[in-house]
Amino acid sequence: MTRLQGGLIDRSRTLAFTFDGKRYQGHPGDTLASALLANGVRLVGRSFKYHRPRGIVAAGSEEPNALVTLREGARAEPNTRATVAELYDGLVARSQNHVGPLNFDLLAVNDLLSPFFAAGFYYKTFMWPRAFWEKLYEPAIRRAAGLGELSELSDPDAYDRGYLHADLLVIGAGPAGLMAALAAGRAGARVILADEDFRLGGRLLAESDRIDGAPAMEWVDTVRAELESLPNVRILPRTVVFGVYDHGIFGAVERVSDHLATPGGAVRQTLWRITAKRAILAAGATERHIPFADNDRPGVMLAGAMRAYANRWATAPGTAAPVAIFTNNDDGHRTASDLIARGVPVAAVIDARAGAQAQGEYRLMAGAQVVGTKGRLGLHSVSVETPAGRETLSVGALGVAGGWNPNVHLASHHRGRPVWDADKLAFVPGAGGPEGLIAAGACAGQGSTAEALADGLRAAGEALAQLGLSAPTVPLPQAGTRQDNVAPIWHVPGKRRAWVDFQNDVTVKDIALAHKENMRPVEHLKRWTTLGMATDQGKTANVTALAVMAELTGKSIPETGTTIFRPPYTGVSLGVLGGGDTGAHFRPRRLTPTHHWAKENGATFVEVGPWMRAQYFTRPGETHWRQSVDREVLAVRAGVGLCDVTTLGKVDVQGTDAGVFLDRLYANAMASLKVGMVRYGLMLREDGIAYDDGTCARLAEDHYVVTTTTANAGPVYRNMEFARQCLWPELDVQLISTTDAWAQIAVAGPKSRDLLTRLVDDFDLSNEVFPFMACAPLTICGGLRARLFRISFSGELAYELAVPARYGHALMARLMEAGADLGATPYGTEALGVLRIEKGHAAGAELNGQTTGQMLGLGRMVSKKKDAIGNVMSRREGLAAETRILVGLQPVDASAVVVPGSHLFEQGAPRNLDHDQGWITSACHSPHVGSSIGLGFLRNGAERMGEVITAANPLQGSEVALRVVPSHFVDPEGGRLRD
Amino acid sequence: MKFSGFRVFAEALRGHKGWKPLWRDPAPQSEYDVIIVGGGGHGLATAFYLAEVHGIRKVAVLEKGWLGSGNIGRNTTIIRSNYLLPGNQPFYEFSMKLWEGLEQAINFNAMVSQRGILNLYHSDGQRDAYRRRGNAMHLTGAGAELLDQDAVRRMYPWLNFENARFPIKGGLLQRRAGTARHDGVAWGYARAADLRGVDIIQNCEVTGFRIENGRVQGVETNRGTIGAKKVGVAVAGSSSRVMAQAGLRLPIESHVLQAFVTEGLKPAIDGVITFGAGHFYVSQSDKGGLVFGGDIDGYNSYAQRGNLPVVEDVLEGGMALMPRIGRARLLRSWAGLMDMSMDGSPIIDRTPVDGLYLNAGWCYGGFKATPASGYAFAHLLATDTPHETATAYRLDRFARGYVIDEKGVGAQPNLH
Amino acid sequence: MLIPHPLLGLRDAQEFTYLGDARLIERPTSGDEADLAEYVFQRDNPAGLHRELWFHEQGDRSWLVVTRNTLTHEILGAELARDVALARKEGTA
Repeated sequence: MTRLQGGLIDRSRTLAFTFDGKRYQGHPGDTLASALLANGVRLVGRSFKYHRPRGIVAAGSEEPNALVTLREGARAEPNTRATVAELYDGLVARSQNHVGPLNFDLLAVNDLLSPFFAAGFYYKTFMWPRAFWEKLYEPAIRRAAGLGELSELSDPDAYDRGYLHADLLVIGAGPAGLMAALAAGRAGARVILADEDFRLGGRLLAESDRIDGAPAMEWVDTVRAELESLPNVRILPRTVVFGVYDHGIFGAVERVSDHLATPGGAVRQTLWRITAKRAILAAGATERHIPFADNDRPGVMLAGAMRAYANRWATAPGTAAPVAIFTNNDDGHRTASDLIARGVPVAAVIDARAGAQAQGEYRLMAGAQVVGTKGRLGLHSVSVETPAGRETLSVGALGVAGGWNPNVHLASHHRGRPVWDADKLAFVPGAGGPEGLIAAGACAGQGSTAEALADGLRAAGEALAQLGLSAPTVPLPQAGTRQDNVAPIWHVPGKRRAWVDFQNDVTVKDIALAHKENMRPVEHLKRWTTLGMATDQGKTANVTALAVMAELTGKSIPETGTTIFRPPYTGVSLGVLGGGDTGAHFRPRRLTPTHHWAKENGATFVEVGPWMRAQYFTRPGETHWRQSVDREVLAVRAGVGLCDVTTLGKVDVQGTDAGVFLDRLYANAMASLKVGMVRYGLMLREDGIAYDDGTCARLAEDHYVVTTTTANAGPVYRNMEFARQCLWPELDVQLISTTDAWAQIAVAGPKSRDLLTRLVDDFDLSNEVFPFMACAPLTICGGLRARLFRISFSGELAYELAVPARYGHALMARLMEAGADLGATPYGTEALGVLRIEKGHAAGAELNGQTTGQMLGLGRMVSKKKDAIGNVMSRREGLAAETRILVGLQPVDASAVVVPGSHLFEQGAPRNLDHDQGWITSACHSPHVGSSIGLGFLRNGAERMGEVITAANPLQGSEVALRVVPSHFVDPEGGRLRD
Repeated sequence: MKFSGFRVFAEALRGHKGWKPLWRDPAPQSEYDVIIVGGGGHGLATAFYLAEVHGIRKVAVLEKGWLGSGNIGRNTTIIRSNYLLPGNQPFYEFSMKLWEGLEQAINFNAMVSQRGILNLYHSDGQRDAYRRRGNAMHLTGAGAELLDQDAVRRMYPWLNFENARFPIKGGLLQRRAGTARHDGVAWGYARAADLRGVDIIQNCEVTGFRIENGRVQGVETNRGTIGAKKVGVAVAGSSSRVMAQAGLRLPIESHVLQAFVTEGLKPAIDGVITFGAGHFYVSQSDKGGLVFGGDIDGYNSYAQRGNLPVVEDVLEGGMALMPRIGRARLLRSWAGLMDMSMDGSPIIDRTPVDGLYLNAGWCYGGFKATPASGYAFAHLLATDTPHETATAYRLDRFARGYVIDEKGVGAQPNLH
Repeated sequence: MLIPHPLLGLRDAQEFTYLGDARLIERPTSGDEADLAEYVFQRDNPAGLHRELWFHEQGDRSWLVVTRNTLTHEILGAELARDVALARKEGTA
């Protein structure tokens, strides 16, 4: 094969590529499809269901057949349309969906069995015997289905996302889009011009049109040069605007480096979120075909695509043999003329219209239709029914011109219904589409170059007026105008199969069957036959199918239905939609002020919501985490331990009404708290369920600091602002989250006072002056501003010391240094958990949003005297009737393990929901008790102390006998923390 | 006409001339014993079980669009019975059992495929919560397995184990769970109901209820007034709108949930997988598309379309969990309207209007419930008593304090 | 979506956290269980104009009452919830 004259390819450079292992050559400017055709390759794939041999049909993203797997290994990219894959040196592509070689696909047996595979057949069979579906039928179906293969390897490329803002987004850089962008650019509007192609020009790239007397591409180049010179215009080639979202937000994907062998240091693709005040949709039109018998052979193409391959890519349609055109409108004749002009032999134009006139030097067969084709792996003849009888033409390709469907897709993304234009025989954008989106050019039914230019200018004027900008005078270039005069000939009736949807193998017969079975609403038709569900989303099939159904029902096309489209306009990679925030960067990582200190001191970290917290600190010689945790726990109980508790939420509450405000937020009273004291607080949700707990410290009459759990730091603050702004705006109270502002370290254990005494500046820590639940602002280490709270999560004498966050690291180091002789030991979240379970304190597993104050044993905290959030609703019948209560659980056999998530039963009771009496929330090995212990909610638990019950874990096949004990395993009287 | 492999074979030989409409398109009669408002999965299933189990055949299903046009045709096709709370678990397990015999019951291949669902966990706390849930499943006979990281890795070695922000620690597996062909479920129930005499009336929108002396007498529609002794409403997504016509306010908000499918791929993902540290769940359809979704958009909506931030959020989760999918392409996204209830659980109950019954509040989990929902609603309509597996789905449970809150997030629907 | 913040202009909805119907401002003070149950659980859930609460969590931390059409997502306006709440209290005072 040799290239034709002209075209927009760079013949000075040659690019090597392989398809199915065979080496070929092309040029810069080629797509994989154009290069394959130029190399005489017609067979490129197999259809989805019948595995029919298929060739290239289209020249753009609507391609239904020519899907290949591009690249190899981790970069293998299944289902890539060869028609939009830009050729690069070293490109590797493979055909898909066949067993054995492409030209001898064993699954082509499906084609012989096609009578059994009619639309919806699988709903009617494979039901017996039942177990055979998963074991036999479905695996066979799944293996045969699908198209390309997805690599198991992780996608190695990077993606990015970006945000763009514009006055006007122009979608499509054909004549209408370029004209609109030029006018808006000159008017000074901030313009973004996006086009999915790698070269601007849209359909002009594929045509032989002239503008202002010169080849159209000269005009395109001039306009592009001016747009590039305008600082207020940004051009985004290789960018598909895939969806319209609310309030003028558009999703777009730029293929940054898909045209390169590898992205190098660049990203592969970028996801742009474009916010535009107005948008012009200049997305052009897609040609439709005309189903006839055996119309799916390699070599049968859209006529406009054939023209594009000749004009833009300087290639005949994969054959040196003559070609024919089958048309129902004048556009087919343009293809014939252009092909002849490029030196492609045209055997005939077969025009279904009886009165058709030839528009050049070629044979016209008027009033004729194609009724059959021959050529198993590539077309070699077509059979034509003419008024004079049947004739067979030897051709290597057939261009089919069935009229053009405006690309209304984005205009229907907000459920805007396209309307039927009876003159143009096409759906055009209707009312109710996205706000601010103006369709122009071929996608608005203004398809000739002259119309498109004028309509683009018109649309720009409309948009500029709405933007309050005055339109510049832009002279309208002169270009050819024409009418297609399309005739309503939608398919050629016949006995053999005529394909409507190529990829999914939906034929006219399937539509007739759907009609017979009353699957007539267009959505039923699509779902029953899978029409329009293929990778091309029915771009070349849907309207034709509607017309066929309309014919069957005797209704008009608009009465039969419309099809609306959903995002994305064309397939968009999942990688780019993830925007690059993947792997370890999936979510931000919050580090505590002592993180680096902890890392240097042997910490293993654990994810706690957004935070990374030290889980335990391994000391030399420790080989199992339990050794470290037990040591840390015992150190706290016997000496002093240090734990970074910065992640607990902190909210500063100030104002003369701070106390009143907190009284309404907490189930228990807070206004009565004395300055210098701390109180444990329970927050309920408005529905009466326990929500969060923490401490409330009163630093001054009008100043409280409250803490929340780590998990609820954000939500509790949000709710507090809701209460302040929405419920009680009349109160004098101000809030600020200070979680990040203060580093807070728990200093816990009988020697904690000794240690702190060494750090505080002239501050009396004695029990008399600074008792349990005291708090105070103070300075430490010679002047560092700090806050000290005498609170305890472990049950030991304990404090929490807060300093400005930037001193957290230094404070930890200083505490360790000062406490070296006291055995100061850092402890992590595991030891923290053990300590609190031993003390019977509730945490996330108990405060899980399904439990009440009463269940937590805190029922008496819920004041009946005041109106606080949730207090009233906590008295509802169902909540009041709940008897499950938090208890301690200890194995009867001390070597047994308490398993959280086990359900609790009376010994010997049947293991079913009716006898389920509760569950174990938390458990750990307690070095203090010397066995495994747990906490759990147990029906009537308060009255069952000492009873032996069963913890059932059928999930893992275990059961353990447990004794019900009080939830305080350590110091139930609370003497230690008050010492 | 009975569907079978033999039938398909015979019809193929005679050019498919013998197939009949899957259902009739009858004109509405003047009066029915029961009218079901809503020709979605739940409504059609209700009609089928009314006819099949209770012998009530003078039944009409009124659908404002085409049958199956609501959430039955918009979901991500997952079926499972992996619930925690006693108000839910027996009901969903009953549904699972009905799924297991569905195709034989309705003589239609809805492609129920027990491919298993794996809920991944990423922390000890999540593991403990799954253990509690898995045990609840065992207590109803639903079955479950708790997998550690190695076991998960053996099932799906290509999940992100190496470079994760929230490492996979294991998963809760229910092997009996899986997927079913959503449209097929609607069509199968519709055809089976039609064959039993139920009138399925499409393009028939209910515009009001005829209520006299506190008792429902029928419905007003765009095709005239239709009388009924009992009316059951099963219009999830639009429950508030429809019930407002009867003067009722509901503990429901309508929210939008997006769903996604990729282009067809050869078998890549065998079962259903859910991410425990982000909003992402996925399975692969028999056609080869990866079907996935995430969280609801989070604001009240009746627009049946979502926005880009959630698309990005879903794919962030998808890419974080399974970085192999980066080079697959999104084929189509769509959205459905969810009846988000105040505790995340549904309502199958009588209403303050005599003869008016409500089936609502399915949140984003209605598909898997379709068989049991239809069965229980038919039971309620026929007997005026709740089905034994659906006794907790009462309308007054909120005021009385018997909510069924699986997630424990309270009366904020967009958090369920 | 873009939310017209009364102080900050158009802001991306992603900066906000959604709560729900603005009637959540109207918390009953009767202390009556039935009133509170109605307040906590029952919603109009209209198809059309909806006054609703959004919290500018990634912004100035103000709660807004946004009027939005739930059928089209069109936003007709936004007010500071505090102003709405104060006006209501003054009206009933």
